[in-house]
Amino acid sequence: MQQLSTRHLLGIENLSPADIGLIFETADNFKAVLNRPIKKVPSLRDITIANVFFENSTRTKLSFELAEKRLSADVVNFASGSSSVKKGETLIDTVNNILAMKVDMVVMRHSSPGAPHFLSRHIQASIVNAGDGTHEHPTQALLDAFSIREKLGEVAGKKVAIIGDILHSRVALSNIFCLQKLGAEVMVCGPATLLPRYIRELGVQVEHDVFRALQWCDVANVLRIQLERQQIKYFPSLREYSLYYGINKKLLNRLDKEIVIMHPGPINRGVELNSDVADSEHSIILQQVENGVAIRMAVLYLLAGQK
Amino acid sequence: MQKRLVLDQKQLSITISRFCYQLIENHDDFENTVLLGLQPRGALVLDRIIQRMQEIRQLSLRYGYLDATFHRDDFRRRDLPLRANETKIDFLIENRKVILVDDVLYKGRSARAAMDAMIAFGRPQKVELMVLIDRKYTRDFPIQPDYFGRQVNTLESQYVSVEWQSQGFPEDAIWITEKEHN
Repeated sequence: MQQLSTRHLLGIENLSPADIGLIFETADNFKAVLNRPIKKVPSLRDITIANVFFENSTRTKLSFELAEKRLSADVVNFASGSSSVKKGETLIDTVNNILAMKVDMVVMRHSSPGAPHFLSRHIQASIVNAGDGTHEHPTQALLDAFSIREKLGEVAGKKVAIIGDILHSRVALSNIFCLQKLGAEVMVCGPATLLPRYIRELGVQVEHDVFRALQWCDVANVLRIQLERQQIKYFPSLREYSLYYGINKKLLNRLDKEIVIMHPGPINRGVELNSDVADSEHSIILQQVENGVAIRMAVLYLLAGQK
Repeated sequence: MQKRLVLDQKQLSITISRFCYQLIENHDDFENTVLLGLQPRGALVLDRIIQRMQEIRQLSLRYGYLDATFHRDDFRRRDLPLRANETKIDFLIENRKVILVDDVLYKGRSARAAMDAMIAFGRPQKVELMVLIDRKYTRDFPIQPDYFGRQVNTLESQYVSVEWQSQGFPEDAIWITEKEHN
């Protein structure tokens, strides 16, 4: 297989395992490029990419921008806070105006699930979903699985527990799709109020006891409590959440094995993850960030390479 | 399909030996010289050269494999994107003499991309190009080999294929074949 089966990266759900394999293989090569004295290749020198972020982002936006620049693409950035969206412009109008300036690809983050899918039906440019509401965040799932593969050799057969706010997490859903396509077993763990009601139908195990989840898994992907998406109270207090679901060194020491700790960031230190774990040798959080650039380079390169 | 043999196993072996002696003549003990095989097929030629070189003279050679996929100028102009291969170079080429090794020199575009890719590892003192087959009068770029196995006259409609036993072919050989038209 030499090219992706899709023109856009809207989610992991519509990618095949072969697509994911191709992205990983390409990312391996880009990771090598990133470790060279000159970290740039000219592949996308005649491509212009618009980063259209209707929602706040620090690392994803930075990571995409760096990936685009490492590939020599021209980059334009758009943040909704300082744009005509505030004046009532529609999504299609905003993006069509950007595309009228001869933009070839759009990397988009939006708070509405399905926004990039909607856009892909109306515009010609390739779209990369950088997170759509609580739906999907495909490049995060790809870099997470890539990091597991790098750390443990392969993803197939590994047990991954996703712990925390599953209900509001696009990372969780994309991770479930991605890990299952690669042959891993997935468990979700969190308070019942933060687990979607029909999550079992995705073929994942459900656990409410964090110690049992950690004891079961090879990798724990710890998610942030997304207070900004919570309209009502899902648990009594952050202190109580931290007491029952926070992961600290003491908890890890009680396990009879070593596990890998991941977090997509930003970390709420002392809530879902304690510093003694986040900064420990178990954690591959910074490797995830590093791999993010290589994965995004691979995705942009493969999508741009299609005729 | 018409096929014309350019080099058979014995001739190919003699060519590899000649390459080794030419390199030893020009680069002595290879103290300041590195060899880079262009991925994917130049790497196979380089492996042969390294193997023969060790048989001729015990030298500590510095060599690696260079992939120029991300530096090609035909990205988005082909039906399918090219698949990248591993670049394996664990040294810098700053101020060193570099010998780029490939199987066939045709338009010169791969060699141009390779030189571009190579610069990421430093500024070489000198670069030489070694190819098994030089397809004459077909160049798009002003690039000529410093060492070649054989020069051949070919048409656009033809393809030069280098076959290695290690790749599952009956024996090492280089052929000129007509491209298949669908």
